[in-house]
Amino acid sequence: MRIACTVNGTPRVAEDVWEGTSLLGVLREHMDLPGSKNACEQGECGSCSVYLDGRLVCACLVLGGQAQGREVITVEGLASGEVLHPVQEAFLEAGAVQCGFCTPGLVVATHDLLTRTPQPTTVEIREALAGNICRCTGYVKIIDAVHLAAKRLTLPREGDGKGGGPRL
Amino acid sequence: MKPTPVSGQIGDSPRRADGPQKVRGDFEYSSDLKAAGMLWGATVRSPHPYARIVAIDAAEALALPGVHAVLTHLDVPGTKVYGLEIQDQPVLAIDVVRYWGEAVALVAADHPEHARRAAQAVRVTYEVLKPLTDPELALTDDAPRLHPGGNVTRQVKIRHGDQSAQAEVVVSGEYEVGMQDQAPLGPESGLAIPDGRGGIDLHLATQWLHVDRDQLAGILALPPEKVRLTLAGVGGAFGAREDLSMQAHACLLALRTGRPVKMSYSRPESFVGHVHRHPGKLRYEHGATRDGKLVYVKARVLLDGGAYASSSTAVIANACCFALGPYECPSATVDGWVVYTNNPPCGAMRGFGSVQNCYAHEAQMDKLAAAIGMDPVELRQRNAMKTGSRLITGQVVEGPAPVAELLDRIKAFPLPVEGSGSGRGGGKVDLTQMPGGVSNTTHGEGVRRGVGYAVGFKNVGYSEGFDDYSTARIRLSVANGRPRAEVHTAAAEVGQGLITIQAQIAATELGVTDVVVLDADTQVGSAGSSSASRQTYITGGAVKAACEAVRERVLALAQSEIGRSAGARLERDAVVSADGGLIVTLATLLGDAVVEETREFRPRRTHRLDAATGQANAHLQYAFAAHRAVVDVDTELGLVKVVELATAQDVGKAINPQAVEGQLEGGAAQGLGLAVMEEIQVKDGVIRNASFTDYLLPTILDMPPLLMDILELGDPHSPYGLKGVGEPPTISSGPAIVAAIRAATGRPITRVPVRPQDIVGA
Repeated sequence: MRIACTVNGTPRVAEDVWEGTSLLGVLREHMDLPGSKNACEQGECGSCSVYLDGRLVCACLVLGGQAQGREVITVEGLASGEVLHPVQEAFLEAGAVQCGFCTPGLVVATHDLLTRTPQPTTVEIREALAGNICRCTGYVKIIDAVHLAAKRLTLPREGDGKGGGPRL
Repeated sequence: MKPTPVSGQIGDSPRRADGPQKVRGDFEYSSDLKAAGMLWGATVRSPHPYARIVAIDAAEALALPGVHAVLTHLDVPGTKVYGLEIQDQPVLAIDVVRYWGEAVALVAADHPEHARRAAQAVRVTYEVLKPLTDPELALTDDAPRLHPGGNVTRQVKIRHGDQSAQAEVVVSGEYEVGMQDQAPLGPESGLAIPDGRGGIDLHLATQWLHVDRDQLAGILALPPEKVRLTLAGVGGAFGAREDLSMQAHACLLALRTGRPVKMSYSRPESFVGHVHRHPGKLRYEHGATRDGKLVYVKARVLLDGGAYASSSTAVIANACCFALGPYECPSATVDGWVVYTNNPPCGAMRGFGSVQNCYAHEAQMDKLAAAIGMDPVELRQRNAMKTGSRLITGQVVEGPAPVAELLDRIKAFPLPVEGSGSGRGGGKVDLTQMPGGVSNTTHGEGVRRGVGYAVGFKNVGYSEGFDDYSTARIRLSVANGRPRAEVHTAAAEVGQGLITIQAQIAATELGVTDVVVLDADTQVGSAGSSSASRQTYITGGAVKAACEAVRERVLALAQSEIGRSAGARLERDAVVSADGGLIVTLATLLGDAVVEETREFRPRRTHRLDAATGQANAHLQYAFAAHRAVVDVDTELGLVKVVELATAQDVGKAINPQAVEGQLEGGAAQGLGLAVMEEIQVKDGVIRNASFTDYLLPTILDMPPLLMDILELGDPHSPYGLKGVGEPPTISSGPAIVAAIRAATGRPITRVPVRPQDIVGA
């Protein structure tokens, strides 16, 4: 099977894909994008969270063929070259990364949360990230990281005189 | 992997060296590895917990498209069995399978789906046997003998003080702990690449490269130097990666096919691909005076080790040595057994024997407090272990043992306001704060609050004479006009932050700002395992020792080139005088020279427990933590919401405070998991919930806020005074939660994880 879709802004084609391959498998095995992780492959842990046409999905629950002609954004698409996205910076700074296997999914899910809710309460953070399992951190510093990212993203941009609003 | 330099001294919390790659999705985990011409391995596993293998027919599998090899135990060229303590586990089953999911045969194919189908097409004929699944039965003569030496993997006896002591107040109880899974998110995985000259390179996720290397050399019948291991990214461990899983299998397939072979377990396969925390049955009797001084404790500990030994012999020793908890007691009688059954094999998991017994001794302390009408914290403090106390093994506790102080500190935290967010205070109901959560099962009616305390301890490092050491190689040179230190060890970064900590130690000892930690591999001496809360102590000690040797040479060089300067030291990339004045920069002093030193670090020796009395100086260091839990329990439905946890722990010296906090937080969450959620359900030897849908892990909604008080009391024997940090948070957090549930419900609650029927049942 051949799958053509846009991934992180670039048109991509995967050839010779077995029909049963998930979007996660297409990304990891056919497009050299292993950032989305394979921890449960059952939609329980959120380690494979990506955007599909702007909606947060578990890539392991999407059949590869369903991505045909659509737009996918993965964790690899969030940084601007060498410059980390503020959500990524916040995870690092807050100490929200240990083994890091859950981190790509949490970074994408946090990005999605802050797009919808720029200043989430702790309760809103807990609800939004309830589908992302982390086995190392006990989530304390993940909550810190989301608050930190929210603060950074809504700070007035230096010199633009406008301030406010997420810059996602 | 591209090494990222780290700046930051001990006591700082620099950004983790592997952090940028991890947040970008660029960090290469063992499950991400690839090689040109790579094949995929798959494992044929037993569908029975106990059976004889009558025949294996690979013809059909070999005829399928893309299949390159099918291997059985007949294809294992060297040692056919392996094991960390006792070599009893077949690389591939030989004539008999002893647990559900045991590896029987291997397949290599050009696509994971082809490999999976071929594995299904390997026809194995079994003669099914009745499995032995009751550990009590395993102790009797009526049980089938699962191994030649019988079913008792190890018995531990501890006899301390007056064996016929009597007491005014006696309480007893029986407690049961379920089987917990480490559930690291990264699957067992790796890539084996044959070198074309009979040797092999294996890139993998493990906790101890050298013990894997040595076991593989035996299995593959190769000299150790032909088996080279490199640590790939490790997606968590917690004990699950101490034993071999796919290592030998991938190497066997790669050597047979002459192609790189990747293996990566699915989550269901991971549940049978590694050992679990031992389920336990513990029977205790505590005797005390009316004013609350312990007189004696009798304990019987039975752990189900499952089909193979793994690290069971060390786990039962811990469960017995620390059976009483961190308390002084003049007399103790402890009998412990770990037995073989046809249940899933059990071995190392964070806490390692001290988790099971903490549920029992802390329940007993609460029971005793109630029996004599004393505050449970006061009772604990009255009996608290302190520096100079004698353990039931006869060993004297050296260094800080602040048990009473830890309890003071958690008690001093203000309690959360009752009814906050519950609607009971008249405000809007926040369902996420309710037992049952957004299932909307209560708005506060039937909800009772409880508060519970627990304290626990365990050993840091290896015990009972096991040779505990680590090796570090430090190379100081000048790159791009700046001094740069390279740290090379075989120590496994499993997420805890060890790479960063090694760099911090080197930066501190050498006064250089640019430190790079090389990939861990077997091209340097053993570091021992990333377990037993030991790596910062032991590998940290090795890095410190090797840096000291490099520093000595650099200062000698400075003296010979420039002249003597009393009190000269390394700081800010230079040799500076006693008052901090610049003598010479390292860049100038070293030029093209390279200073390299390798050192082993060995802490004090420990000794094996006496078989008859359990007496010995068996342990290196002890780490203590205490927890307070606040819970809300829906007493009608038996649902629990952990409202808040508070902890105090002595870490000796926080080398990296942020990483220390991370250990306390993550460890508490795993303790919470065992207390109220996590259990591998085994029925007739078969795991019924081998997935993340059915095995319940704490989510961000389950983990409450955690208040922390971190003490740095300094151990006089360890590098920088540090103590192992990783395991204590997992020991007492769960027992505090269960104590709180008892307080809320008035029910005895003798089993974990606590189920709704334990709260509302008859």
